[in-house]
Amino acid sequence: MTRSIESGAAARRRTGPTLWMAAPSLVLFGLFALLPLFGVIALSFTAWDGLGTPAWTGLSNWSRVLADPAMHNALWLSLVVVVTAWLVQLPISLLLGVFMAGHQRYRNVLSILYFLPLLFSSAAIAIAFRSLLDPNFGLGPASGIGWLSQDWLGDPRLALGVVVFVIAWSFVPFHSLLFQAGVRQIPTTLYEAARLDGANARQMFLHITLPQLRHTIVTSSTLILVGSLTYFDLVYVLTQGGPGIATRILPLHMYLTGFRNFDMGGASVSAVILVAVGLSISLVLNRVTRSNTMDSQQEGL
Amino acid sequence: MNADATRRIALQGTKRARGAESAGGARRFAGQRPNLLGGLFGWLWLLVVIVPIYYIVITSIRRQSDFYRENPLSFPSHPSLDAYGLVLENDFLRYFANSLIVTVGTVVLVLAVSIMASYVIVRSRSRFAKRVFDLFLIGIAIPLQATIIPVYYLIVQLGLYDTLLALVLPSVAFATPITVLILVNFLRDIPQSLFESMQMDGAGDWTMLRHLVLPLARPALVTVGIYNALSVWNGFLFPLVLTQSAENRVLPLSLWSYQGEFTTNIPAVLAAVVLSVVPLVAAYAVGRRQLVAGLTAGFGK
Repeated sequence: MTRSIESGAAARRRTGPTLWMAAPSLVLFGLFALLPLFGVIALSFTAWDGLGTPAWTGLSNWSRVLADPAMHNALWLSLVVVVTAWLVQLPISLLLGVFMAGHQRYRNVLSILYFLPLLFSSAAIAIAFRSLLDPNFGLGPASGIGWLSQDWLGDPRLALGVVVFVIAWSFVPFHSLLFQAGVRQIPTTLYEAARLDGANARQMFLHITLPQLRHTIVTSSTLILVGSLTYFDLVYVLTQGGPGIATRILPLHMYLTGFRNFDMGGASVSAVILVAVGLSISLVLNRVTRSNTMDSQQEGL
Repeated sequence: MNADATRRIALQGTKRARGAESAGGARRFAGQRPNLLGGLFGWLWLLVVIVPIYYIVITSIRRQSDFYRENPLSFPSHPSLDAYGLVLENDFLRYFANSLIVTVGTVVLVLAVSIMASYVIVRSRSRFAKRVFDLFLIGIAIPLQATIIPVYYLIVQLGLYDTLLALVLPSVAFATPITVLILVNFLRDIPQSLFESMQMDGAGDWTMLRHLVLPLARPALVTVGIYNALSVWNGFLFPLVLTQSAENRVLPLSLWSYQGEFTTNIPAVLAAVVLSVVPLVAAYAVGRRQLVAGLTAGFGK
């Protein structure tokens, strides 16, 4: 959109609207988002049980927490969840998005149904899967398929995989919508030209669809990585970090340390690490495609 | 200038933003050859999506006495709505009303403060306005989970602990950055000349906001409003940490507590799950397009 040159008279009269109109949003955002962001750093240097007044303790939380094997466990589990969630969700979402972008009637109907998991709250999904995965009364025994009848949430070796699967179940629909929109923005002319040159479907997918989706891939990856790093609700209701500490990922470790063990200082250390890693992931990936959210991907076509 | 004509001109400018959605229509023949592998994958994913949802619904109409006897995937031999009755008797409607209050309150407030901020960002040329926008852009990446401890501290200090307002204020703060981003992207498409001609007629900021920005930004407001409504309606962490009494319990939290209350009465727990998602399914049936646009708002462009 070309910005018309402001007429001289108007420009002289004022340079713009009163800035006070931005004040309400700034106050709310500053007080309940920005201040807590700095507050959590401050709290990580205090001892606080959640009731009294935080008392300054310097670096002691940090040295204590960073040496704590439970913390190492949480960091490791979070890393595993982030990586596997990405490896699972990105390919499935991409393929599903390409599939949904087709205009066949049955694909439109299926797309409507794929959306359904997005309507459920994480709590609802977790509760449903808890009974669905019950080794005695769940899907396993019902289907008669032997390997499905495992103690999915009770076996420490399986529980983390289940967490990744259920997270994928609830978020793949969202990411596939992104890819559907991305695919539909690819100009048809590219495919027509490729077809004239005798390209087959696989070649067109690899050499047109994939490269054209690079912005969507970055956006989607950012959301998956940061999302599964900070994801709390679903895991909390599904496993509460258990069995034992098998699924006690970093956000869960933070919550349980703070609100169960009343060690808010120690929990704040986890929170600061969460913020630091989460912000870095999104800033780094954002820099890769700065234009992503702001400009049209079709510029110059 | 005739207000109607003004609106029409401006709409032509904003159409571009929405045109992307229908652009896929031109690509009708791109995927015309039947793709067996893609089809198989599509149906397989449908199974993954539908089986849990089918299980939730079918179990919610099973009698509790039949639950441990019948195959969980079979149609109940004595379908009954007892579970729904039980849930409704157990204060479901109060939790529902609480969720409604928090969601509507948050959405109205966040749209109001964000449209004002967006107006300033789009219209003002001051450095301050640019800084505000940069601040919100960074704010998008702040993980809500990581700030929960200071937010809790703040809410307690303000004497808001265990009130519905305690849920609204932080929700507004964390919804503001993405809302502003989407609205600013949309408002940038309104020709500056419209503002100028109104200004010539002596219109002030509030008049322009009400008679120019609000009507033109309606589609964007609806989209981002839906996005925010969905995330607040399904939010779990704020209610978990910031409220306590049954009086101020919202739906996702109520599912969690029903699970504790009913323990072995799985049909009742799942009936609550179904009831919690009914309004969203209804909304999806009525306004599928808006809901999809709302969910991918800001990412899917």
